[in-house]
Amino acid sequence: MSGTAHHVDTPPRPKPEDLLLEIRNLKIEARVYPPGETPRDVTIVDGVSLTLARGKVLGLIGESGAGKSTIGLSAMAYGRGGVRITGGEVILNGRDILKTGKDGVRKLRGAEVCYVAQSAAAAFNPAHRLMDQVVEAAILHGSATRAEAEKRAKHLFRKLSLPNPDTIGDRYPHQVSGGQLQRVMTAMALCSEPDLIVFDEPTTALDVTTQIDVLAAIKDAIRDTGVAALYITHDLAVVAQVSDEIMVLRHGKLVEWGGTRQIIKEPRQEYTNALVSVHHIEHEEHAPTANPILSARNITAAYGGGPVKVLKNVSVDIFPGQTLAVVGESGSGKSTLARAITGLLPPEEGSVAFNGRTLSKALKDRTRDDLRELQMIYQMADVAMNPRQTVGTIIGRPLEFYFGMKGRERDKRVAELLDKIEMGKGFIDRYPAELSGGQKQRVCIARALAAKPKLIICDEVTSALDPLVAHGILELLLGLQKDENVAYLFITHDLATVKSIADSIAVMYRGEVVRYGPKSKVLSPPFDAYTDLLLSSVPEMELGWLEKAIKGRRMESAGN
Amino acid sequence: MGGSPILRLIAQRVAMGILLLFAVSALIFAGTQILPGDVAASILGQSATPTALANLRQELGLNDPAYVRYFRWLGGILTGDLGTALTTRQDIATTLGPRLWNTLFLAFWTAVVAIPLAILLGLLAVRYRNGPIDKAISGFALASTSLPEFFIGYLLIFFFAVKLQWFPSISTVYDGMPFLEKLQAIVLPGTALLLVVLAHMMRMTRAAILNVMQSAYVETAELKGLSQLNIIRKHAFPNAIAPIVNVVMLNLAFLVVGVVVVEVIFVYPGMGQYLVDHVAKRDVPVVQAVGLIFAAVYISLNIVADIASILANPRLRHPR
Repeated sequence: MSGTAHHVDTPPRPKPEDLLLEIRNLKIEARVYPPGETPRDVTIVDGVSLTLARGKVLGLIGESGAGKSTIGLSAMAYGRGGVRITGGEVILNGRDILKTGKDGVRKLRGAEVCYVAQSAAAAFNPAHRLMDQVVEAAILHGSATRAEAEKRAKHLFRKLSLPNPDTIGDRYPHQVSGGQLQRVMTAMALCSEPDLIVFDEPTTALDVTTQIDVLAAIKDAIRDTGVAALYITHDLAVVAQVSDEIMVLRHGKLVEWGGTRQIIKEPRQEYTNALVSVHHIEHEEHAPTANPILSARNITAAYGGGPVKVLKNVSVDIFPGQTLAVVGESGSGKSTLARAITGLLPPEEGSVAFNGRTLSKALKDRTRDDLRELQMIYQMADVAMNPRQTVGTIIGRPLEFYFGMKGRERDKRVAELLDKIEMGKGFIDRYPAELSGGQKQRVCIARALAAKPKLIICDEVTSALDPLVAHGILELLLGLQKDENVAYLFITHDLATVKSIADSIAVMYRGEVVRYGPKSKVLSPPFDAYTDLLLSSVPEMELGWLEKAIKGRRMESAGN
Repeated sequence: MGGSPILRLIAQRVAMGILLLFAVSALIFAGTQILPGDVAASILGQSATPTALANLRQELGLNDPAYVRYFRWLGGILTGDLGTALTTRQDIATTLGPRLWNTLFLAFWTAVVAIPLAILLGLLAVRYRNGPIDKAISGFALASTSLPEFFIGYLLIFFFAVKLQWFPSISTVYDGMPFLEKLQAIVLPGTALLLVVLAHMMRMTRAAILNVMQSAYVETAELKGLSQLNIIRKHAFPNAIAPIVNVVMLNLAFLVVGVVVVEVIFVYPGMGQYLVDHVAKRDVPVVQAVGLIFAAVYISLNIVADIASILANPRLRHPR
């Protein structure tokens, strides 16, 4: 799609008496500090306008850097970090809140507009009880006495189906689960009885099985209280469940804005269409061969020799040039399995056979070839690379370490590897900070490939990436697998990814493998209760999916 | 092991502290043994006869093996007997008592002013961060730490004792001295100490709170419409307590242990003066006793800091 301005159809304007929020020609800038260059201002949001009627929900959707959170926060006259609102108007309840001054802004935040953050675990103050934080804004702005506010809060806790609604407020943030905390945060926003709530990716950090409950709770609360909402997310399937209208953003500009049904059923812009249809890669599953490259047998492991076993009698096989996907919610032991296989966490019982030999349990007892043939790629590419080393140094390091390559030979191989990850040797002198998220992950893949491994463990390698970027990474991984005959142990919580890449699947739940086999078998009924819950919790881009999914499930999710 | 995890953690810290104190006592004893010079010779002077020296050594028990002397010394301390000063033949505990009291008096009143002042300045610096107030506070603090305490001491004497004649230049205190006069006597040494410890505490307070100000829950508070001062007071400060208490305790320890120079400058009859006098005379029992008291103060204040950090952590106070 070209960068030139195009005409965007907008939904009909709300009637004047219904109009709650109007943003006109919003322009937001931030100062960036690129390495080795002088700081400069970049435009994050450019000329975005929107209107929102009382009691309606507008979904803001886009990839990271689209400016959706920034627009959401502008409805509270707030700029995160060095972000400045430099142009336009934000009219809330009939006045431009950008012109009300510091005191005016303080009076409306937490009273007329409230905020629900992505990570409630970080957004609650660990030093105070939940109730004190939930009622704080209502009391501060004088919308209720303490007793009234607490009564209101307990009512909201009940409405959001939190357990023990009368006493949960006495707890500290660390004493309740992530899904519960997210609901308490929603109650906190509703407690001041605001006109508008800004939901900033409220379910993104949750497990898919927990997300569905929180989503349903938020949806009910919005409907029952009649509050209006800006719902920010990168997941179109999620936003389709809660919004009346959806606004698609890219690079700080409006792409398309329309009713929810129109956006997901009849997208008018090419970019929206790409978002709607991104998920599928057809991947033909390979049958198991005679000799697995890696065979983990009866692995039992615990942290610090404690009584709680994080892995219980886990056995899986990975075949040469194939992919085993390990799925499950957080805490199910997926990453611990990777740690046990790599020797970072020596298992208490069981053994790992790799390429025909039995691996030592502890990392320090393994040979250099053991280390070389078993590589790892991580979720957070930025922290897995030394920010002070260039791409050339990062990829060249395993070449020196494992193969003793030096000078021109090494540089030639680095250039080859950069070609393989579709980046080219122009990147050789760049620093990680100069790369995008997807490019960083590609460099990590090249570094793993440099060792000529037989198996690469991929731990949530696409989870931190935008869907379109993640799609590119998955295609790259599949292509490399074909060329290099490398096997993957692919850890993920995302079932769409699993379908795209796996040959066999292991479903983990509370440290055990509950379902294991070839992809086609694992994903066909009859299902065990947990796999059923997992599969039915994956949001589908379909109106009314949420209600249907909640009604149809056989097992309560752990987030309750 | 049962009971609440918090009590167990505290018990562990206290036990570690006691163990550490024993280790320090052994080190102090060993250290004073290595020091060159002979106590008997220094008591009797250059002209002493070998017989006299031998007799004195016998009398002082200096001929026994080191470990016997160590346990004799340790046993004495545990029963409240710090031994006898070699040079003056006085009981150390009785001489030391009032001097320890004086040092604690000076430290206490300095702390009473310094700690709240440092935390208040730290909070103000955060509230007006990067503005002129913050820069003024930081600049003043940096200047005062950069100046050595003896220099500050003499500056104070020059201006406030000699020129303005507001306070005495020699901080004499004695038993039965009226409280207000005592306070007046310690104003100058107290100020010198205050200027040394203030900057460190204030800068750490500022850094600790600023660190917390980056957290998401501070943003939450801001989006609830709280004022800056309330955000700092209610949401940032409670989470910065542990590092602040740590630096406060470190400086409290300095107020007791590090007063030597300031006490000498102002001729203040405290532990520091006493220590310096007896180091010069090679009076080993006194040096050992004072060293051990300093170590005890240091270790116990650190235990207090540790316990405060444990108590400040809601995860430990309220386990799941």
